[in-house]
Amino acid sequence: MANKNFLAVTVEKPREKGKWHRFWDRVSRYWYHFSRNKLSVVGLAIVVLVIILAIFAPLVTPYPEHAGPFVDYKNAGQPPSAKYWLGTDPIGRDIFSRIIFAFRGALVMSILVLAIAVPVGTVFGLLAGFYHGTIIDTVIMRISDIFLSVPSLVLALAIAAVLKPNLMNSMIAVTVMWWPWYTRLVYGMASSIRNDYFVIAAELSGASKFHIIFREILPNCLSPVFTKMALDVGWVILIGASLSFVGLGEQPPTPALGQMVSDGARYLPQLWWMSVFPALAIIIVILGFNLFGDGIRDMLQSSR
Amino acid sequence: MDDKTLLEIKDLHVWYKVYGGYLKVLHGVNFLVRKGERVGLVGEAGCGKTTTMKSILQILPPGDSRIPKGEIIYKGKDILKMSFGELQRLRSKEVAMIFQDPTAALNPVFTIGAQIGDVVRYSIALEEKRVKKEKIKTLSARALKEVYMPDPERILTNYPFQLSGGMRQRVCIAMSISSPRNLLIADEPGTSLDVTIQDQILRLLKEIVEKQGTSIILITHSLGVAREMTDRIYVMYAGTIVETAPAKDLFKNPVHPYTRGLLASVPKISGGGIARGIPGRIPDYLNPPPGCRFQPRCEYATPSCQEKPPQLFEIDKDHFVACYLAQR
Amino acid sequence: MTQQGNSEILKVVNLKKYFRIGKDKRGPIYVRAVDGVSFNVKYGETLGLVGESGSGKSTIAYTVVGMYRPTSGQILFKNQNIGMEAVRRPLSLKKEIQIVFQDPGSSLNPRQTIEQILRLPLKLHTNTPKKQLKEKMIELLEKVELPADYLYKSPPSIGGGEKQMVAIARALAPNPSLIVLDEPTSALDVSVQAKIINKLMDLQKELNLTYLFITHDLSLMRNVANRIAIMYLGKICEVADAATFFEKPLHPYTQMLISSVPVVTEEEERLKPKKVVSIGEIPSPVNIPPGCSFHLRCPYKMPICSEVDPEMKEVAPEHIVRCHLFGKQASG
Repeated sequence: MANKNFLAVTVEKPREKGKWHRFWDRVSRYWYHFSRNKLSVVGLAIVVLVIILAIFAPLVTPYPEHAGPFVDYKNAGQPPSAKYWLGTDPIGRDIFSRIIFAFRGALVMSILVLAIAVPVGTVFGLLAGFYHGTIIDTVIMRISDIFLSVPSLVLALAIAAVLKPNLMNSMIAVTVMWWPWYTRLVYGMASSIRNDYFVIAAELSGASKFHIIFREILPNCLSPVFTKMALDVGWVILIGASLSFVGLGEQPPTPALGQMVSDGARYLPQLWWMSVFPALAIIIVILGFNLFGDGIRDMLQSSR
Repeated sequence: MDDKTLLEIKDLHVWYKVYGGYLKVLHGVNFLVRKGERVGLVGEAGCGKTTTMKSILQILPPGDSRIPKGEIIYKGKDILKMSFGELQRLRSKEVAMIFQDPTAALNPVFTIGAQIGDVVRYSIALEEKRVKKEKIKTLSARALKEVYMPDPERILTNYPFQLSGGMRQRVCIAMSISSPRNLLIADEPGTSLDVTIQDQILRLLKEIVEKQGTSIILITHSLGVAREMTDRIYVMYAGTIVETAPAKDLFKNPVHPYTRGLLASVPKISGGGIARGIPGRIPDYLNPPPGCRFQPRCEYATPSCQEKPPQLFEIDKDHFVACYLAQR
Repeated sequence: MTQQGNSEILKVVNLKKYFRIGKDKRGPIYVRAVDGVSFNVKYGETLGLVGESGSGKSTIAYTVVGMYRPTSGQILFKNQNIGMEAVRRPLSLKKEIQIVFQDPGSSLNPRQTIEQILRLPLKLHTNTPKKQLKEKMIELLEKVELPADYLYKSPPSIGGGEKQMVAIARALAPNPSLIVLDEPTSALDVSVQAKIINKLMDLQKELNLTYLFITHDLSLMRNVANRIAIMYLGKICEVADAATFFEKPLHPYTQMLISSVPVVTEEEERLKPKKVVSIGEIPSPVNIPPGCSFHLRCPYKMPICSEVDPEMKEVAPEHIVRCHLFGKQASG
């Protein structure tokens, strides 16, 4: 069989598939690499469950009103039971409902922190990487070093203490200490991709700096950024919990995980369920996001 | 099989697990190495040369590979059925391997002496319980002398980065001959080096093999290298052996359409231009074409080529071709 | 091929490119990657620049396209000095000189589609209206015999040879007159190399292109280049016409190179110089030996070789050698 385009003849049969079909093909390929490690699937399940619970908190919790200013001294300090799955606190609020509502604040905080820290950190990293070896590189990287050298929790404490202690301000505090990690990550990649031949080819043909940074370099940095983001959701929740543990997060009566742990600590060991269950919730959420992040890494690495 | 046979591969199939099924990489490889013979395994990237070599030493990635069919018989014993202990013995006493990239094959944080010393120790540790340091050092230095390294005593204390690429490859060769072996497998031993240095390495390898009477399997993508180095050449395409002949015959009378296409693509120093290459590219191993794997790219293909893979057929003394064209 | 008056498209005069790598008591340490090289390329020809690693052949290529600024010397393109970095070159000059890199895997952005890759040079260097861009891209793909649906593929999903064809299409997009080919096929299999090389040769005739072809592969050069220049440690050893090169190699290094090439026919075997066998190592370009840089490996070494660096001598028309063996003949 003679064929004019001899270089292009592939021996496999031409697969005439629709867009939808190709999309599924891609999804199932991603799923194959993601699910090779079963723990990633467990992580995904936890993540999905936590997100669904948080979104539909008023519908799925038995006592949604307990997440606010609510008092019921009759049922104060109840141990876990069929009525109150994880027990109640000294003013009779259901711990389970409060944990689910606390997920809301924790997730919102993570998402907002990353929504600001990731783009800012990435852009700085790209600039420093592109101008590798120049004064721009030095300035950006030294500034990020300064932020990294201050103990992160202390910095957050200082910021939260100067401003008023609430969710908004603890978010600002965490964001300020979070972006340099992305700068460093992207800087490392961008400064090596900068010397790849496809970047040189674009430069030689006279492409603009904007084109080179955002069209050529950026798309090649995204996989590790996404992986780190998936892992970081858990870490931001942990930092948020630490801040609220010392009273610098969501203020009562709105529930927050760290605040619940610290409140409960006063009643240990009698009302152990007050702090143990929120602490367990923190552990499970963070574990879930970490396993999920590992899966994302496997998926993005091997499907390239 | 006569008593001159050292290694025989019979109908070897190797599959790799990937998304969507198995890559059927090796598809019935037949291969024979006699004692003292220099054999070339020639083929282009992705044809399964390296997989074949890895199956001989059983260093295929354990979780992702399968050997659904085939035998690898070394000195009358099937490697695929060997116990771990027997495999260790095979790797430390019988077969040695020289890799393409000497920089990657040497550990950068240990001295040359430590690395050759390890190889020497493993190979004599099987007989002698206690190995003297002095003996290891003497044997290592002797191995370096065999590959014409100047000042072997000093080289033993050097780290790989202190040597040039050619020197590193000499060290790798020294390692593989530091204790007597029956079979050397060299995977593209000069490819990452410059032409003049490659020439030196190949000449050295040839000399050593001749002197020690070792058999060698030279894996290469270059027909020229195979011609200058080996007695017998196996041409591999897409996981099958398409043609095998004594080196001289192969270049005088190539029969398989793939061998011919490949030979015509090689630029000659006598000039005359280059042929247009072979249309198409190697098949998708996930869904390989039916019948002969070369058939979709072959200008002589007939419908019968799609039915059954052709078997190796002796068209001349010791010259085998897997093509229906040759049988007619 | 001679055009009256000015037949040279590219003229390189005493080009030097040193890279500073450090400092010691005696002052800065340089790698003398290119150390006084002169050659010229005529309109429509292919000049092969052959050398082993460290010979400086790629440095020359990169200096010509403007990745580096020369330390000294001149590069004249159509009689205009272009010894500067690409940033300082006018757009019209960038358009004229294109390069195809060795590894198509890294010269094409893996995160872009072929369409995006081809669009950039078209947008920068041609004023193709937006509506005709796609048509133009398909035309480019046709030139390198790739079907139009390749526009929507991305580099990782196509074969190495096809990637290199895309890289060639990208180089053709601005309609250049000189293309620098930096080992365009050394990462590919011979059967794929054959296709690429033949395509390049066809395109050269069709579009009147001039090639500066960088490679380490002598036998490939025999079949591709009109003239060949051999480099060793930053200097040119011998320049001659392709056929002369293999029939009458003069420089001992050329002979060593040819005798090292693995060949496949007996006809080629006869061409190989038997007396010169490859010995020794290529010295580091940081510590280039005094005198002729090849004297440590040369079988015909004379006392003068370790003291005086020989000069380029034209021993026959269009055949230039830099070796003391021939210097005397020419002068006396």
